[in-house]
Amino acid sequence: MALDIVKVGSVREAVALLATGSGTHFLAGGTILVRVANTGGFPVRKMILSDGLGLDAIDAGGDTVELGAAVTMAEVTAEPKLAYLKPVADSIGGPAVRNMATVGGNLFARYPYGDFAVALLALGAEVVTETAEGESTGDLEVFLSTRRSAGVVVRALRFKAPAEGAFRFAKVTRKHPHGASVLSIAAVLPERDGKIAGAHVAYGAMAETPIRATAVEAALEGRTLDADAIDAACKVATDGCAPEDDPQASAWYRQAVLPVHLRRLLSGEGRS
Amino acid sequence: MARVPVMLTVNGREEAEFVEPGTLLVEVLRDKLELTGTRIGCSQGTCGACTVLVDGELILSCLMPAERANGKAVITIEGVASDGELDPIQRAFAEGFAAQCGFCTSGMLVAAKALLDANPDPSRDEVIDAISGNICRCTGYEPIINAILAAAVDRRAAKSA
Repeated sequence: MALDIVKVGSVREAVALLATGSGTHFLAGGTILVRVANTGGFPVRKMILSDGLGLDAIDAGGDTVELGAAVTMAEVTAEPKLAYLKPVADSIGGPAVRNMATVGGNLFARYPYGDFAVALLALGAEVVTETAEGESTGDLEVFLSTRRSAGVVVRALRFKAPAEGAFRFAKVTRKHPHGASVLSIAAVLPERDGKIAGAHVAYGAMAETPIRATAVEAALEGRTLDADAIDAACKVATDGCAPEDDPQASAWYRQAVLPVHLRRLLSGEGRS
Repeated sequence: MARVPVMLTVNGREEAEFVEPGTLLVEVLRDKLELTGTRIGCSQGTCGACTVLVDGELILSCLMPAERANGKAVITIEGVASDGELDPIQRAFAEGFAAQCGFCTSGMLVAAKALLDANPDPSRDEVIDAISGNICRCTGYEPIINAILAAAVDRRAAKSA
């Protein structure tokens, strides 16, 4: 592998370099980009190191949580204030992968990977990016739908900390304890006066990128989370889904088992 | 492309090499330093055969450009034993028949060392998690898990002796 590794002094400098060529990429943990450089997939001629750019900070002390894009899964797991995200981060690879894989990199993980992005989607995260036009904050769902990386550096992910017990996550794999997703589901189910208010439900491996389950959210909204509401949610579980066939599972199987796992998640079975 | 300098402390010894830009850490370890215990398996971060410690953290050396490791301390399988004495983890693998072809063993041992250095008394589930990024296609995992648990006992005994 003969390619240029570049260390820069600022994110702005990285953005400028990213604009110089289609084979130039921003290197976070390496579990995606170096893998591609080793095995092929898209051209990688130059990697800009994210090291030393201040992208590895966690601010979880207040109502709003900010995770730097270079925060690793192991760092998420080690942060007590992010205990609700520990099952998500722990589900991604073995310890060595978790020491390398980053929050920002996970947004670019190819199907069926990207389970941390699923959690962020359910948390209603915003993505803070920097381009030649400067820094901006945008909706993660929109970002994931294009996953534009040319000329863009992801600086951070920002979201409102969920109420205690409001966040739920399930990942279904064929290999235990860790493996690629058959599917994953994350949900934030806040309640007001005993009724769901502002449900966010997201799926991984049920479409090319992580998606919101808007029909499920609508079915739950304003209802008590009882058997009837869960039935209603499960009836529309697969609305908007377009999973793929891969070695983990067929698209048909994913569609068939999604309602089962959604029911388990909503009814609190196997909650961590 | 001009070669670039990389300086590492590998198994306690300072090393300096000029490498092609983009050379992987595993390639420096194997091809430049002749530390061939670290394997190149899948080159995708899936098999764990290239597992080493960098500044005390378990990483996959097939996914780390050597320039990123510049100035850091690397421990490979060759650095697990000390003063010519096998680590209890290595002894437990040998005594428990936890290796067959041996290809995964280096990575397994380094992963086990990382676990036991951080957690001297792991549960069985913690051992399973610790080696969950390392694939063995020969023995099955039971002898490996049992060896790591036995090594934990030996290490604790050695420490309290």
